[in-house]
Amino acid sequence: MGQKVLLSSKEINIILHRLACQLLENHEDFKDTVLIGIQPRGIFVAQRLTKILLEEYKVKHIDLGFLDITFYRDDFRRGEKTLEATKTKINFLVEDKKVVLIDDVLYTGRSINAALTALQSFGRPKEVELLTLIDRRFSRHLPIQPNYRGRQVDAINNEKVKVMWEENEGEDVIYLINR
Amino acid sequence: MSELSVNHLLGIKYLNESDIQLIFETADHFKEVINRSIKKVPSLRDITIANIFFENSTRTKLSFELAEKRLSADVLNFSASQSSVKKGETLIDTVNNILSMKVDMVVMRHPNPGAGIFLSKHVNASIINAGDGAHEHPTQALLDSFSIRERLGDVAGKNVVIVGDILHSRVALSNIFALKLQGANVKVCGPKTLIPKYIDSLGVEVEMNLRKALEWCDVANMLRIQNERLDISYFPTTREYTQQFGVNKKLLDSLDRDIVIMHPGPINRGVEITSDVADSKQSIILNQVENGVAIRMAVIYLLASKIKK
Repeated sequence: MGQKVLLSSKEINIILHRLACQLLENHEDFKDTVLIGIQPRGIFVAQRLTKILLEEYKVKHIDLGFLDITFYRDDFRRGEKTLEATKTKINFLVEDKKVVLIDDVLYTGRSINAALTALQSFGRPKEVELLTLIDRRFSRHLPIQPNYRGRQVDAINNEKVKVMWEENEGEDVIYLINR
Repeated sequence: MSELSVNHLLGIKYLNESDIQLIFETADHFKEVINRSIKKVPSLRDITIANIFFENSTRTKLSFELAEKRLSADVLNFSASQSSVKKGETLIDTVNNILSMKVDMVVMRHPNPGAGIFLSKHVNASIINAGDGAHEHPTQALLDSFSIRERLGDVAGKNVVIVGDILHSRVALSNIFALKLQGANVKVCGPKTLIPKYIDSLGVEVEMNLRKALEWCDVANMLRIQNERLDISYFPTTREYTQQFGVNKKLLDSLDRDIVIMHPGPINRGVEITSDVADSKQSIILNQVENGVAIRMAVIYLLASKIKK
């Protein structure tokens, strides 16, 4: 099992700042925009972006939520293991808001499909955008594309992209792992 | 972890501690779901569940049905009183006929102890016991412990007294198994005639004096006198029972701390507890009902995920 570094901590930092600027360009003061990180791994990207926007770009207030999609997934009973849920924390209504869904890796698009279904439980958003740190090209099962992407990767199917965060794994780094 | 050790929920006796924790953690998520404005998730859209009730029920049946619908399962309801069971059909035949209609899971209440276990050996479906005679009522015990955990933070180390008709109560037996498994201390309290002879073999102490029992406990689970199961007279009069084993506000207020009052329902107001106790701040009776839906969603979800395609 070989692995190579796809992005270093410095590169991740630059990309996060660029993504924050792109969000800022489209959403200005974030008055009608909410950020929603997809559990379990998208929340780290969402938290980092929120921190950059609040602290470095002086946005006054950002609504940030975490969405668990376990009960909305389309692979229930198709795998070996029971799908285990994580916490959903959305303390606001998305009714008439612009929603930015945030995840770490976009692969088949099925998670995003589930997230779009799950989102309906919290109201009817005005529009939904997708931000993803890594976009695995050529592996989509569904017609889903990101509005904001950190880095596009051509990974083949037996490769895995692993995103690690300082607050969770001790260091910011993204690996491409060959299984 | 992450998977139940069983394929059916026949009784708490067959579960281990990590099963209970997994059910509770899953129920936490479902409790959040059922408090949203849209309370439904699509997880079980390809699962069909039959609710087979050979005995009357309001709360349990509604709670199961709601849990199934909130998970988007297809639901079949069957009550024995309106069925061919009256014409002499056997249990296995009845259930196999229902299963021929491609049902994945059966929720069954039956007056005979062990009916669920019997069924699980003869039919090819996941079985949930919703009460089998005076034997077990596992989802009730799970929601009771879940409610204690919610109110007091933890079940381990808590003192719980179960008051009333222990002999005929499936709620009592399942609760004893569940509480002991989680490390709680359990006492039972009631007329001697309604305490099973070998109760101490379950690691449970008997306390005949209600006041002493209440002074000892953190939680009192008040059971109903199961008049429909009392074949002979176990105590002189209901009035005398109430005087000795009924909880009223005066008794509750005279204790030096606030204990938690639970009741699995249906309540006979004025018999085992008075109205002012049932409706007091110390009572979590309605929380139990709300948690019942979340717990049943968790059990159904976890068992359904073990049914192979």
